[in-house]
Amino acid sequence: MIRSGTKGRILDVIFSSATKICAISVFLIIVAIMVALFAGAWPALKKFGLSFIFSAEWNPVTEQFGALVAIYGTVVTSIIAMLIGVPVSFGIAIFITELCPSWLKQPIATAIELLAAIPSIIYGMWGLFVFAPFFADHIEPWISSTLGNLPIIGPLFSGPPLGIGVLTAGIILGIMVIPFMASVFRDLFEVVPPVLKESAYGIGATTWEVIKKIVLPYTKVGVVGAIMLGLGRALGETMAVTFVIGNADRLETSLLMPGNTISSSLANQFTEAVGEIYTSSLIALGLILFFLTFLVLALAKYLLIRLTLKEGVRT
Amino acid sequence: MADTKAKSDSKPNQTLLERGFASIKGSDADESSKRGPSSLPLKIQVKNLDFYYGKFHALHSISMDIPEKKVTAMIGPSGCGKSTLIRCFNRIYELYPKQYATGEILLDGRNILDPKEDLNLLRAQVGMVFQKPTPFPMSVYDNIAFGVRLYENLSKDEMDERVEWALKKSALWKEVKDKLKQIGTALSGGQQQRLCIARAIAVKPEVVLLDEPCSALDPISTAKVEELIDELADDYTIIIVTHNMQQAARVSDFTAFMYLGKLIEFDRTEKMFTNPTRKETEDYITGRFG
Amino acid sequence: MNGLKNINASLYRRRRFINYAVLASSILTTLFGLFWLVWLLVTLFSHGFKYLNLAVLTQPTPPPGEAGGLANAIVGSIMITCMGVAIGAPVGVLAGTFLSEYAARSRIAHVIRFVNDVLLSAPSIILGVFIYEIVVVPSGHFSGWAGSLALALIALPIIVRTTEDMLRLVPNTVREAACALGAPRWKVTVSVVYRAARAGIFTGILLAIARISGETAPLLFTALNNQFWSSSLNEPMANLPVVIFQFAMSPYEDWQHLAWAGALLITISVLVLNIIVRTFLRAGHKS
Repeated sequence: MIRSGTKGRILDVIFSSATKICAISVFLIIVAIMVALFAGAWPALKKFGLSFIFSAEWNPVTEQFGALVAIYGTVVTSIIAMLIGVPVSFGIAIFITELCPSWLKQPIATAIELLAAIPSIIYGMWGLFVFAPFFADHIEPWISSTLGNLPIIGPLFSGPPLGIGVLTAGIILGIMVIPFMASVFRDLFEVVPPVLKESAYGIGATTWEVIKKIVLPYTKVGVVGAIMLGLGRALGETMAVTFVIGNADRLETSLLMPGNTISSSLANQFTEAVGEIYTSSLIALGLILFFLTFLVLALAKYLLIRLTLKEGVRT
Repeated sequence: MADTKAKSDSKPNQTLLERGFASIKGSDADESSKRGPSSLPLKIQVKNLDFYYGKFHALHSISMDIPEKKVTAMIGPSGCGKSTLIRCFNRIYELYPKQYATGEILLDGRNILDPKEDLNLLRAQVGMVFQKPTPFPMSVYDNIAFGVRLYENLSKDEMDERVEWALKKSALWKEVKDKLKQIGTALSGGQQQRLCIARAIAVKPEVVLLDEPCSALDPISTAKVEELIDELADDYTIIIVTHNMQQAARVSDFTAFMYLGKLIEFDRTEKMFTNPTRKETEDYITGRFG
Repeated sequence: MNGLKNINASLYRRRRFINYAVLASSILTTLFGLFWLVWLLVTLFSHGFKYLNLAVLTQPTPPPGEAGGLANAIVGSIMITCMGVAIGAPVGVLAGTFLSEYAARSRIAHVIRFVNDVLLSAPSIILGVFIYEIVVVPSGHFSGWAGSLALALIALPIIVRTTEDMLRLVPNTVREAACALGAPRWKVTVSVVYRAARAGIFTGILLAIARISGETAPLLFTALNNQFWSSSLNEPMANLPVVIFQFAMSPYEDWQHLAWAGALLITISVLVLNIIVRTFLRAGHKS
């Protein structure tokens, strides 16, 4: 009656090997991506060398390419996005976890999470058709007449009200990362053990003191990790930016002027690029972007590992 | 039995020894159970067993003989290694890396620690029930048929019969005969645990390992499971880990007392509870530590 | 104050003031954040519904100035997305199984988990460039297949991660119990562990579908676009996100109107998928 164990053992080996092969394929894909990007970028890197990163020249006609404009645009839009996104998301998370009446809690939290799922192209479209005209008519004139006249930072905010530009792209990115970061922050705040908070309230701490002394220290590393993940998203985001950045390959001081990011350069020019050097330079941009996001992720991971080490191994 | 438990709860200072062990199994019994474990037909012989969790040495040179078709209880304070020991009998510890055993465990004279041992067949022969009920996320019927289907090709009728037999054997049939298609996780805690016992015996193992089977159950369910253990002992060799000493006294023929990874004493339950040889045993049983 | 003599009233007042200030600003930031998001949704729904009609669902994409719809793009999107999931899901589930069931704490699992996170956070446009280089260039033309592969690369890490997380939620005692009956490891995994985690794994796949159905960037260089009906994955294929991108960026108003209708369709399907996921998760928690 008893079947031999051999058949079971063979199936065991087949199944476990199948899972292993699939897992290793994830690794191979990343290796392949790096190899393919590097191979594609090689002609441009060979021709321009390190000056590729520092040159602001991007001229398909003369075939002179440098990444500085795109890198600058990528970094600046992401910084603007973080300046808007982090405090707002933080406020939303505090509101949901500490202030919101309980009947409103779930609806708001759910709404925020659903907003995080909306494809970025929608944000881009809205930016182009609704936000940019509004911005050009009502906000930009005001910005250039006030901030634009300040010393030192003035040049950053002067210029004609075009609507599209680096600042607009940064703001749209910021609005886009709000739902994502707010829901991650909220998840983090919710895992703080109620006992901890209760004992702080129990000795007479105010809500803000509980947040500052209990919730934030408890979730500190997670919060930084979440900001890093949000930054990674902003750096790599294509569609929300491409619509509103203006696709201009000149380096401008003013944030109100059009610019380009790495991903929007790719989206706008990749299929139209003619000639090996042009395509290769675009792929080299992609390679730089890949390493940027990789660095940010590695940093986030490093922080999270330190968090778990500090907590000790949970069993 | 629930009664006994309640009494001991209300008078924590009164020890088992003082109460005279009215409920010890075998205290009024026949001559055969008066003999030591080694003089009976043996099912499992443990020889110089050492067990390691990575670098932690959890069991120290355990040797014991477990008689066939009797109930053997393992008692001792938390962390003494009693669960670790019974997890060696079906090598379930092998699911985890860095856990390993050295020495010998002979099941009917065959060393099951031999690397060539087929683990799946071993586990079909040595069933196990865990501390918390572990119904699979499938119907009551399929829970029981799952193990049977692994090793036997039964017709529909034969399988129905087997499921009914196992459920009857585990005193669950009356409660679930109309709910066989219902998912196993929907039963109550006590029913789930009896379902797990039914599932274990449905494959007709020779040895049944029970790892604190009642620790998550209420007194009434506990009583049912204990009755069941008594009945199962006619056909199976049963090894039960418990930290409830009254339970060990009630259900087992033999009791092993373990402490800090060592087997301190192993003898007939009656002798262990009335006249233990070792001081540590007496201290534990009388509630002086643990 | 309240009979507590040693309390420093001014210090307390200051603490209370700071508290109110912070809480008020948290309400303000919430309103600020929600303001933009609500504005976005309102525009999307009002524009979208205005231009959404039967023709959008039944006619293929028109040349500028003519009437038409998005039917070929909708069909193309569905095909590309389905193939993407069909490729990504099995690989992802098996890889997640490896991480949870076979290699939980080994070095290789740590490496793969990290690499999976790298893939998860890789900009989607980079994945498009990658597929362009290894599929489009060698084959000489854009194709629906290339699009599906690019989407599969996006779906894969999501599915790997959710599968691993969901399998880890299955208590070890259930695995032990199945093993203790003599079930071989593959059988334990397939008929007990998968079954216990089935709602969770399915949720992960749905999330991946929701994520890739709105992805535009990687399709720009892979599936490209096709103004006409194409049911062959071997050719360039129309798909909603790329059509929306091209139409919205165009100077033609009727194209822009179609782009709004398409944007609404995508948003609704993504939201519906997410709501289904939620209901699933909630049902999973109950049982």
